Amino acid sequence: MAINEIQEEIISEFEVLQDDRESTIFYIMELGEKLPSMDEKDKIDINLIKGCQSKVWLITKIYDNNVYFRADSNTEITKGLISLLIRVFSGQDADDIMNANLFFIEKIGMHQMIGSQRSNGFASMIKQMKLFALTYRELNKHKKFNAHS
Amino acid sequence: MEDPVIQYSTRFDVQAIRSIFPLLDQEVNGYPLAYFDNAATTQKPVSVIEALHDYYTGYNSNIHRGIHALAEKATEAYEQTRLAIQEFINAPEKEEIIFTRGTTEGINLIASTYGKKFLKQHDEVIITGMEHHSNIVPWQMICDETGAVLKIVPVSVTGELEMDELENMISDNTKIVSVVFVSNTLGTINPVKEIIKKAHDAGAIVVLDAAQAMQHLDVDVRDLNCDFLAFSGHKMYGPTGVGVLYGKRKHLEAMPPYQGGGEMISEVTFEKTTYNDIPYKFEAGTPNIADVVALKEAVYFISNLGKQTIRTHEATLLAMATEGLKEIDTVKIYADHHHKVSVISFNIENMHPFDAGMLLDAKGIAVRTGHHCTQPLMARYGIEGTVRASFAVYNTLEEVDRLIKAVSRIATR
Ligand SMILES: Cc1ncc(COP(=O)(O)O)c(C=O)c1O
Repeated sequence: MAINEIQEEIISEFEVLQDDRESTIFYIMELGEKLPSMDEKDKIDINLIKGCQSKVWLITKIYDNNVYFRADSNTEITKGLISLLIRVFSGQDADDIMNANLFFIEKIGMHQMIGSQRSNGFASMIKQMKLFALTYRELNKHKKFNAHS
Repeated sequence: MEDPVIQYSTRFDVQAIRSIFPLLDQEVNGYPLAYFDNAATTQKPVSVIEALHDYYTGYNSNIHRGIHALAEKATEAYEQTRLAIQEFINAPEKEEIIFTRGTTEGINLIASTYGKKFLKQHDEVIITGMEHHSNIVPWQMICDETGAVLKIVPVSVTGELEMDELENMISDNTKIVSVVFVSNTLGTINPVKEIIKKAHDAGAIVVLDAAQAMQHLDVDVRDLNCDFLAFSGHKMYGPTGVGVLYGKRKHLEAMPPYQGGGEMISEVTFEKTTYNDIPYKFEAGTPNIADVVALKEAVYFISNLGKQTIRTHEATLLAMATEGLKEIDTVKIYADHHHKVSVISFNIENMHPFDAGMLLDAKGIAVRTGHHCTQPLMARYGIEGTVRASFAVYNTLEEVDRLIKAVSRIATR
């Protein structure tokens, strides 16, 4: 599914919660519980995202020219939040990830819900995911270039 | 007309108290605010807020240097707070009261003046395992600089100091013992009088971090015989940005100045500067006049109400919270003992404190979550943080009931 279609899907799921704060948090925690845990061996400092209040580990894999993400966190809410990003980004084309406009964040009222400190952390997650996509694309260009020469 | 303040002390009326804290009357996320983050900072009574307003609308002026009427009035108001603080802690002399930005600045001041002058290689500074970072880092810094050694009194499972260990640790090498009077994370009241006695017997001086003591306990520096005492205005119903450092005259006089600038000098030439007398030697630059002036109202608020009255009410809140939370199987309480102020730190099984805090916030309940600037203490318990509810005199039993119900709901989700 395309990034924007997934975003629309998330928006409609959150609509059911009708801005009720507690239900929304419980829902995000449920999403966090459903996200498969990462291998303990990957939960190391170099995989930590800087700028998050809680710990968030993020790793990527490239498969069939698409970028796949795996993440984990020590808090359930953060895990739920990053699971949304994984749902939107994982398995997508690097260019699409880099160019994505994440309109679902505002639509589901994320900022009001999680406050400014966690919003900063959330922004760091997005930045890191886009950075991975960029790195992959640049490496790939390089490879193609080398292959042609 | 009856004086409302006198009414409080004869018959405790929490609603009357709440009515003078305008901030409390608001909704958060659709629920009435239950503010349980008082150990971080308390709310302010109208008298404090009005004092700030009156200062800026009536007599804002720079102190000590002007001869005009406003400067005179501002200086007098500023110095009156010094007298109020002197009385509040029963200090022998008003010159022993130094205004700072808060506890943190007070401790840094001692470490970088007294510490720098008197510590040498192999001397020892003793702190405890339940210190706030403010009473750890300044000592680490000065120990690094002077070659002194930092020693740590361990904390027991129940959240109390291992006094036997402290006794073994104190020796002729001990120069400074700096301890937290009341733990901000656990609420534990430490036996500081006993510690001071032991330290003095060994020839060491004692610094008390009283950030969490002033709003609950009777603090009498003469009776305690501490050498220094540091606290913050904002945790005792006063404004932010102002604190107090009490120090015995003999120490303050022996210490070099902390910062250089205006106010702290007696005479300046390019060849040599002579310093002003205490306390001004330690109050360089234009101080935080407005907040110092308003701090006096916070002292009056506490004194008029009476610390005994405050403690009795807070103890009721704490007992109710402790009993209620204990009944929830998956809740673990830290430091469940009787030598404590109205602070309760806990965790819910399999739930990060951040998550619990956010769910409580959704119900209008403000608690603090995390390490509370006591990471070594968290490491002692092998945890990343706790949920901490800290009660003040304006909290109600209904609010505590809401906390218990909300935690119970989260825990059995
Ligand atoms: C025990 C203790 N010490 C020191 C401090 C630091 O106080 P301030 O930030 O007001 O300087 C605090 C405040 O959290 C505290 O609770």
